[in-house]
Amino acid sequence: MMRRDIFQAIADPTRRAIIALIAVQAMTPNAIAEHFDCSRQAVSKHLQILTECALVKQEQNGREIYYQLEVEKMKEVDKWLEQFRKIWETKFNQLDELLLKLKKNQ
Amino acid sequence: MKLQFDFLVDKEHNTLTIKREFAAGRQLVWDAYTKSELLDQWFAPKPLSTKTKSMDFRDGGHWIYAMVEPNGTEYWARLDYVKINPIDSYLAMDAFADSEGNINPDLPRAEWTVSFHDKNDHSLVETVVTYNSLNDLETVIQMGMKEGLTSTLERLDDLLLTLTK
Repeated sequence: MMRRDIFQAIADPTRRAIIALIAVQAMTPNAIAEHFDCSRQAVSKHLQILTECALVKQEQNGREIYYQLEVEKMKEVDKWLEQFRKIWETKFNQLDELLLKLKKNQ
Repeated sequence: MKLQFDFLVDKEHNTLTIKREFAAGRQLVWDAYTKSELLDQWFAPKPLSTKTKSMDFRDGGHWIYAMVEPNGTEYWARLDYVKINPIDSYLAMDAFADSEGNINPDLPRAEWTVSFHDKNDHSLVETVVTYNSLNDLETVIQMGMKEGLTSTLERLDDLLLTLTK
């Protein structure tokens, strides 16, 4: 099997939504599944892929298993700073348009 | 016309420095950064939009606003103004909040120093965002992913698709 990597992990919209969910707090598979229309099995499959990518880890708490985000692994997401930069670029382009409009109205 | 745009990450000092030139005078750019009716028109990156709940632009005042997804989901935030020097600079603290402006203590806050400079008949705005720790910076980047990056990531999907073909 091809080695799974972080980009494979984030290439699927449901997995991105799972990442966003557990970034805020560790959750059980059932709690995660409640947020999605797809089957519990489908969510388990996504969690398995995320685990194989080392992007999430499991933690036993009593009888429950919690999934939590691997913050260290997220550091690979440094490249995503570039995406962050793009967000600012978008905002500034919007401001350019607004300034142009304001200047016309002056 | 090419406008200056620098985006620097300093992981040692936990800062982001963003410099951008604008083709307008300093007073107009200052207004766009400090009046909520103008902020509402540009502050959230597309496809998000900005919604102001309240704005009190003075030392000790704050701006409560939401970034709103096309599906109506709102992400509330609050910016506390610490020191304002019209039309040169302002110092503010950001925060994730609820719709009442109550700050979420579990999420990192950052200090924003925004300064406005003349550049011939243009303006140059320098924003220095300082986090308490690198971890805070990364948390916010993750939040950014959650709140604003969906469409960017969808474009990444397309890119990955192109690359694997």
